[in-house]
Amino acid sequence: MEPSVVRSLSGWGRYPVETCRVFRPEKRASLEEILASDAESSYIARGLGRSYGDAALNHQGGVILFERLNRFVAFDPRTGVLECEAGVTLAEILEFVVPRGHYLPVTPGTKFVTLGGAIANDIHGKNHHRVGTLSNFVLDFRLRTPRGEMITCSPRQNPEAFWATVGGLGLTGLLVSARIRLQPIATAYVLVDFLKVSHFEEAIAAMAESDHLYEFSVAWTDCLARARALGRSILMRANPATPGDLPTRSVDPLSPGRRPKRSIPFDFPSGLLNATTVGAFNSLFYGLHRTTSRRLVDLERFFYPLDSIRDWNRMYGRRGFVQYQLVFPLETSRAGLTEVLERVSASGRGSFLGVLKRFGDANAGVLSFPFPGYTLALDLPVGDGLIPFLRDLDAVVLRHGGRIYPAKDAVTTPESLAAMYPRIEEFRAIKARLDPKNRLSSSLARRVGILRS
Amino acid sequence: MTGEPAAAASRRTVLILGATSSLARAVAAELARRRYELLLAGRDPEELEAVATDLRMRHAVRVESRPFDALALDSHGAFVEDCRKASEDSLVGVVLCFGYQGDQPLAEKDIREARRILDTNLLGAVSILSLFAGYFEGKRNGFLCAISSVAGDRGRRSNYVYGAAKAGLTVFLQGLRNRLSGSGVRVVTIKPGFVDTPMTYGRPGLFLVASPEKAGRRIVDAVLDGKDESYVPGFWRPVMFLVRSIPERIFKRMRW
Repeated sequence: MEPSVVRSLSGWGRYPVETCRVFRPEKRASLEEILASDAESSYIARGLGRSYGDAALNHQGGVILFERLNRFVAFDPRTGVLECEAGVTLAEILEFVVPRGHYLPVTPGTKFVTLGGAIANDIHGKNHHRVGTLSNFVLDFRLRTPRGEMITCSPRQNPEAFWATVGGLGLTGLLVSARIRLQPIATAYVLVDFLKVSHFEEAIAAMAESDHLYEFSVAWTDCLARARALGRSILMRANPATPGDLPTRSVDPLSPGRRPKRSIPFDFPSGLLNATTVGAFNSLFYGLHRTTSRRLVDLERFFYPLDSIRDWNRMYGRRGFVQYQLVFPLETSRAGLTEVLERVSASGRGSFLGVLKRFGDANAGVLSFPFPGYTLALDLPVGDGLIPFLRDLDAVVLRHGGRIYPAKDAVTTPESLAAMYPRIEEFRAIKARLDPKNRLSSSLARRVGILRS
Repeated sequence: MTGEPAAAASRRTVLILGATSSLARAVAAELARRRYELLLAGRDPEELEAVATDLRMRHAVRVESRPFDALALDSHGAFVEDCRKASEDSLVGVVLCFGYQGDQPLAEKDIREARRILDTNLLGAVSILSLFAGYFEGKRNGFLCAISSVAGDRGRRSNYVYGAAKAGLTVFLQGLRNRLSGSGVRVVTIKPGFVDTPMTYGRPGLFLVASPEKAGRRIVDAVLDGKDESYVPGFWRPVMFLVRSIPERIFKRMRW
């Protein structure tokens, strides 16, 4: 029998904290053994626990850690196709592929996620407006279904299972391994153009006008600034650097020097990050940036600025925080963002990180989050009245035809989620075929009613 | 023309027995990092090949896998021959990582469980190590490293059958070391305390558990530094000194 331990778990936001029975298999055959056992009524796979809320929690149920199912399977340098097990982290992939002149085709804002988690949440990155989500680069994956089968899924083979699994929050089966197509790179650097704008409307106007000129585009947005400075932003848009862009005699275009790692060694007092402190930080951050062009930045710093600070989630104190990420359709983005930013800035709930981005096309993922429009992500410390506040934001999002990203959610309701994801019935039907006994479930799936309890 | 034999002569291969465990994987990775080629052996061919492929990719060294069952004593002679051929006689050492903790309460009632614990941890190890001792003695070079356990340092109610097997292994290694001293063959005994493996996972009350990676590094260091015996992590040496110093009339009443 596979050993397990009952312990408290949370997502990256450290809210909520729940009690789960945690398994940590080291062999593929153990997955089958765990699923077949009746030790727990349901299970959910968990990678590095970087989804913010309860997507990788299973209160009073089983959680399967994938950290030791992390083996590389194959790499073809000619085609850039990499196959590895689901527990391999993006950091491990980069360590392997960057010296070989490749990069992840899509990456989130941290490399401390597993490939399995990245697929299950159909992650997007700063190039979504150009290339879409990670699933566009997934050639196929192997899925262990609760019915005991191992199936290979791709857009051509078992397409239904494929499109339900990408963005399917781990509910369709256990992802065992996947093949992804990497992006060739000539250097591990980008040339970044910084554009400082004093209102979010200028930000979205600039994105609409010129995002197509950039491979990568994202904006940091001050969510506390108000009135004429509402959503003042710094756009950071970049294209890959060529070897000719590097300073002469730079050592190796594919290996920028390593940076020292810092960490947050203890929990900051809850409430340290408040409107005053975050407002001061935001003003400083905004004030320090200038509109500049073609600044050479290494990919590590460009994609993962927070990865250099280990355990940065402790800044929000013991009570934790919630990340809220929404997307509005193009037509309603201006009105929707105005309303959201006004509410957030008026509430004084300090959001350290406001990230604004224009999405490109949606894909066929049944529960995939992105669609064409503008997305905004906020970090909000857990405090009094946060849940009603977010429920109100849900109403605003819905009124403007938007939706939120389940990978980050910890708060929303079944009614809201069903309204945001009209294909949820289709998802339930596919899940019922792959997992008729609901052996895979999560706290999130039950809370937002993806699984009817 | 001289390039080929020279390259072959500089090859150094280490055999890992029981290579699919997280501790063995960490030992293998550490050896690969130091440019040793690897031969992985174990019962589950699919898992072995998964581990072998991963090591090959991450470390760009030659890694092969071979089937091996510690309990199938009759097959051990052929296995040694197989390893010799597979490595083209470049074998410089063996790290024995297999083990079976078993179920102590069951072993108290059912001799078959006790036997399985003793057969795997002691008899299986004695058999394969004796064969490789002969092989390396002939070459007048090489090392035999085996993962024993702090459980073999003193018998406790919670795991004394396993402890007895490991105590036997520890003494066997001592004798083997004595026999091989002066032959150019080193014998290294590793005594892990708590390492974060399925053996310890989920057990309550464990303290200062070492990651497999850290343990793997220490094991390889012990081998390459020519240690005879090494506790992993190192603080287990004083801990076990104290545990061994407790008078038996007190120890027998302790509940752990």
